[in-house]
Amino acid sequence: MTESGFFASVDDVVDRLAARGYLASAAVATTVFLADRLGRPLLVEGPAGVGKTELARAVSAATGSRLVRLQCYEGVDEARALYEWNHAKQLLRITAGRDEGWEAARADIFTEEFLLARPLLTAITGDEPTVLLVDEVDKADVEVEGLLLEVLGDFQVTVPELGTIVAKRKPFTVLTSNATRDLSDALRRRCLFLHIDFPDAELEQRIVRTKVPGVDEALAASLVRVVGALRAMELRKAPSVAETVDWARTLLALGADTLDDDLVRQSLGVIVKHQDDVTRVRDRLNLSEAGR
Amino acid sequence: MSLPSRLVELVSALRGHGVAVGSSETVDAAAVAGVLGLADRERLRAGLAAALLRGEGQRPVFDAVFDVCFPLGVGSPELARDQDWDLDRLRDELVAALADDDGDAVGRLAGIAVEAFGRYGGGFSAYEALERVRPQTLVARVLAESGGGGGGFTDRLERDEVRRRVESFREAVRTEARRRTAEARGRQRVLEHAVAPSADRVDFLVANRKQLAELRRAVQPLARKLATRLAARRRRANRGHIDIRRTLRRSLSTGGVPIHLAHRRRSPARPEIVLVCDLSGSVAGFANFTMLLVQALRDQFSKIRVFGFIDTVDEITHLVHTGAANPDSLGARVHSEATLSTWDGHSDYGRAFRHFAAHHADAIGPRTSVLILGDARTNGADPELAVLRDLLAPARHAHWLNPERTALWSTGDSEADRYATVVPMHECRNTRQLTTLVGKLLPT
Ligand SMILES: Nc1ncnc2c1ncn2[C@@H]1O[C@H](COP(=O)(O)OP(=O)(O)O)[C@@H](O)[C@H]1O
Ligand SMILES: [Mg+2]
Repeated sequence: MTESGFFASVDDVVDRLAARGYLASAAVATTVFLADRLGRPLLVEGPAGVGKTELARAVSAATGSRLVRLQCYEGVDEARALYEWNHAKQLLRITAGRDEGWEAARADIFTEEFLLARPLLTAITGDEPTVLLVDEVDKADVEVEGLLLEVLGDFQVTVPELGTIVAKRKPFTVLTSNATRDLSDALRRRCLFLHIDFPDAELEQRIVRTKVPGVDEALAASLVRVVGALRAMELRKAPSVAETVDWARTLLALGADTLDDDLVRQSLGVIVKHQDDVTRVRDRLNLSEAGR
Repeated sequence: MSLPSRLVELVSALRGHGVAVGSSETVDAAAVAGVLGLADRERLRAGLAAALLRGEGQRPVFDAVFDVCFPLGVGSPELARDQDWDLDRLRDELVAALADDDGDAVGRLAGIAVEAFGRYGGGFSAYEALERVRPQTLVARVLAESGGGGGGFTDRLERDEVRRRVESFREAVRTEARRRTAEARGRQRVLEHAVAPSADRVDFLVANRKQLAELRRAVQPLARKLATRLAARRRRANRGHIDIRRTLRRSLSTGGVPIHLAHRRRSPARPEIVLVCDLSGSVAGFANFTMLLVQALRDQFSKIRVFGFIDTVDEITHLVHTGAANPDSLGARVHSEATLSTWDGHSDYGRAFRHFAAHHADAIGPRTSVLILGDARTNGADPELAVLRDLLAPARHAHWLNPERTALWSTGDSEADRYATVVPMHECRNTRQLTTLVGKLLPT
């Protein structure tokens, strides 16, 4: 089994991700490089919309590898995450071969042909370089962590009827979490840990200008400053990078080149969603009432 | 000092501050240092954090420890050595650096501040340096220097931005003072005593103003986390009840075999919650934090009522509700607008419970969960156990959260052990314990 071996250096990570539109901070680039070098899964934690999912996509794009994604949700189970037998097809096969004995039929229906591979199994089979994204692990039940530990431990899966399937290539693995619950220590210990927070102003401006090329530098700088101020306000939901980008698009669509009270008041809904938050922001930013 | 021994020192200091670092993490850290080398300090910091930390809450401790074990430089800063620094000159340059938002310059000036004004008893003191430089008094000058912006929309943000820059100067001074003291008096000493505990382990009862402000900022993220946890628990509690009719109907598609179970959907009434908080000086920080947290969780409850007391009870629900918008002044408003004390400002639990029973007993009914917050130090007065027992009898649940360590419960004028015979009492000294308790105790 070989390590992914995607990147030559931390700078290489920075450059190749940037070529795919992902601007990595020093911490992000360093940790991605280490995960690649040491062959360890990367656990990425942080608030919604700071680019956790996007990071896995960018690594796959930058390295030309296939992306296999397991989206977690409450109730996701082994049959959805790992594999299940295709019962319908098995039934058909049994009814089709009525004359043969049960032994023969059984030998036949428990073969790979009747196996439905789910993301975790898919990711360790095949020869292509692979990025495995286990997205929003914190949404899955605790039992799924046990499953992940097994698979991420030695990158092999045992199917009782078939035997053990061992990965030929270790996938580059990214787990993401919004930290809505604490993951088990065992799972954390398997992984390198990366917390992505809201980017600093300089990086966020670059992200905005990469994603929305029409926005000029001064406008990008001002809107990033406003978003920074909102994040310091202890809102129920602080605006994320995704919202900064949306806001920039909106302002561009409105033909704006500088911020003013009217514009901010009209477009505030793009970055602040809760009514409580809107009230607080209007108050703290001294946004004058409409028509005054 | 060699790299391995530096790493060992880093790891044992982390352990000393409650960060669980195992031997496999230590091996990982060594591998990280091997791959990255020492050339780029910030990359090394990020890499070691990735190998050693298991949560962002551990980060401030890690950073402080890293800065001592892998110091930015040796000795006094270059600029401080060959120039004469008086206070006026330092403050002038600091104003210019803050106005330009020049982070490097701010960092250099922090080094000079510690060297020139922070000497204290054979080591260096951030407190001493900051008392002399008084950066917080420079805000107006910085604003004037940066010309108040260009008259655009963002001018109104400037004051807060400058305050944040001042705060980062203060932080840089603290880091620099630890580095210099470690040189002068040994790293071990600094690692043990000068690194602040992580925010979720700061004792409510000894938290200083800055730490309390930091705790208040943690309320919203914590509430979001708890809300998700409570919602998940509620959904799970509802699972497991199988709806026979819908299961059979579904089984039609699988030849009558009930493969896909249908679960009964029950929408349980959300619980009501009543907080009864000791707001006397000794425990007010803890009570304020908990009130804000419960308020932030309001979507989880059908109703929240908050009562405060010292020796008299008054309902403060409306103050907590409006106070959530400006948590810093909540305490002051509660004390100026509610009647909590008619005597001498010392808590009297017995009297407060009697008063509650006489005036607000109807607040507690069969759907209510009651949380009592306080240290049970009733200054020698009758605890009125029977009154409390009767008061809580109709409630669905009742718990008492005590910010004192269990070992102190039977000491002095604490009636904690006796109250604990009437209502389950839990030690709740920091946000870490509070989070666990709230997640566990709150009904769903
Ligand atoms: N460092 C970054 N470089 C480029 N785009 C980014 C970056 N961080 C966030 N984004 C943008 O933010 C959006 C939200 O990111 P996403 O990965 O969905 O967030 P998360 O998974 O953390 O909730 C993405 O569409 C991406 O355009
Ligand atoms: Mg995502």
